[in-house]
Amino acid sequence: MLRAEVSLLFRRLRIKVLLGVLVLVPVIVAGAVRLSGSGPNPGEGPQFLDQVTHNGVFAALVGLTITLPIFLPLAVAVVAGDTIAGEANLGTLRYLLARPCGRTRLLVVKGITVLLFCVVASLTVAIAGLAAGAVLFPIGSLTTLSGTTLSLVDGTLRILAAAVLVGGSLFGLAAVGMFVSTLTDAPVGAMAATAGVAVLCGVLDAIPQLHALHPWLLTHWWLSFGDLLRSPVAWTNILRNVGLQALYAVIFATAAWARFSDKDILA
Amino acid sequence: MTDDLAVETAGLTKRFGDTDVVDHLDLAVPVGSVFGFLGPNGSGKTTTIRMLLGLIRPSAGSLRLLGRPMPAAASDVLPDVGALVEGPAFYPWLTGRENLHRLDAAGPDGWRASRSSRADVALARVGLTAAADKRYRAYSLGMTQRLGLAATLLRPRRLLLLDEPTNGMDPQGTREIRHFIRELAEEGTTVFLSSHLLGEVEQVCTHIGIVSLGRLVAQGPLDELRADGDATLRVETDDAEVAAAVLIRMGLNAVTLAGAVVSAALDGHRPEHCCRELVNAGVGVRSLTTDRPSLEDAYVALTGEGFDVAG
Repeated sequence: MLRAEVSLLFRRLRIKVLLGVLVLVPVIVAGAVRLSGSGPNPGEGPQFLDQVTHNGVFAALVGLTITLPIFLPLAVAVVAGDTIAGEANLGTLRYLLARPCGRTRLLVVKGITVLLFCVVASLTVAIAGLAAGAVLFPIGSLTTLSGTTLSLVDGTLRILAAAVLVGGSLFGLAAVGMFVSTLTDAPVGAMAATAGVAVLCGVLDAIPQLHALHPWLLTHWWLSFGDLLRSPVAWTNILRNVGLQALYAVIFATAAWARFSDKDILA
Repeated sequence: MTDDLAVETAGLTKRFGDTDVVDHLDLAVPVGSVFGFLGPNGSGKTTTIRMLLGLIRPSAGSLRLLGRPMPAAASDVLPDVGALVEGPAFYPWLTGRENLHRLDAAGPDGWRASRSSRADVALARVGLTAAADKRYRAYSLGMTQRLGLAATLLRPRRLLLLDEPTNGMDPQGTREIRHFIRELAEEGTTVFLSSHLLGEVEQVCTHIGIVSLGRLVAQGPLDELRADGDATLRVETDDAEVAAAVLIRMGLNAVTLAGAVVSAALDGHRPEHCCRELVNAGVGVRSLTTDRPSLEDAYVALTGEGFDVAG
């Protein structure tokens, strides 16, 4: 059933378009830097942008930095918000449950598929960035943020690991989205609410007076993936991020299960 | 609890807010019957079917499907039950065949090795083989309905729950569904058919249950329900008053006169005997008929005449 669920998701035009946009972002960034002739001055633009002209593989990291605040959460909100509400809206939910597929089993399969999508989406950005960077710029060994160098292969692997970490950063939001999706039969509402949660976290994170709250916000540690490119790797914030995402995922997955296992299916 | 009931409910109740949409329903659907579940719009038919399938939890009462309690035994029982509830529903971006594969894979018994052959057989049976690889989005209304039926046929079923299966279908489609129900019944499948269309039920069903405002008002073999009312004698004659007098003398009740028509409750009197008496009395009988009450009369008598949607 998992295989069927995954192919159901990735055969959808909407998902293809979303992934297409995620491919375009690093490609556009790399292209823009190339066309402007000279790179930005150090410290200008998004993190890692000044490095792109020296080493194309940084285009992947720029892509991740740019897509993480908006594009990736939006894509995850669309997929996670659609999980149950989308099936309800189509009417297919009643036939799946009458098949019977089991409510818990359906949630688990949907959940795994959404988490898979999170990782695929961020890997898409990273791979598109690596490819665009390799075509447009010289590539080579990679200078870490700490000043040491990594071989091209090691550097590329670090970047892919960073992408997986970015995917993992979205797990908490994915769980929130699935929970919201069990509350309604209107997928658009669930998607909007999920995206709203991500935006709200970003806004709260920007208000200094709420600093006590900040470490608990879904989005607070998102950019910690950059710490993978230190030498040695600075694990503190990365682990905080992973722990927080796991906490959100468990809480909201449980809430989704509690809600869905007992729900009257009227759609 | 008996094994010869495919559907059995006891005191089944569903309360939404402060209305009982289904109110102490006691259904008994014999194995092998074609059971017409009849009632006006809004009388709780769909809610009942959703409870049978475990989609909605009853507020009170119990229900058994194929002898097993629901929803507790859902994963054992439902593979043997095909259902069409409130119209078909599929994924528009998949083809008909892919939709069936998806549904098959979702169940506990969707063995991958034989999935294609199950889908092919079901598609062939509803005549969709040629359109199997078209996207569902491009299907016409009739084709969507057929695909819904194909989904109910993915495996041999012991029970079929069909909720208003001819809703929105053209006359040909309706005929096909009737044919299809008869065919399945001959193969031994119990069919539970909900409908507000009397004609549909009267033509295919062996048993019926009539529901009104969430309550079961009648249930039993179709013939018994039909015969429940008494037959009426109807005589058309120019000598109406004489005829009425003859019938009263013979002991018939409820003799009424309406222009050239005299009618009376037959009450076990034989119509040929009445005819002879009338002729012997010199009444010029233009026509003499006996009206057996139709299912429609029984239905209207039980559920009311009005056009108001219940609930």
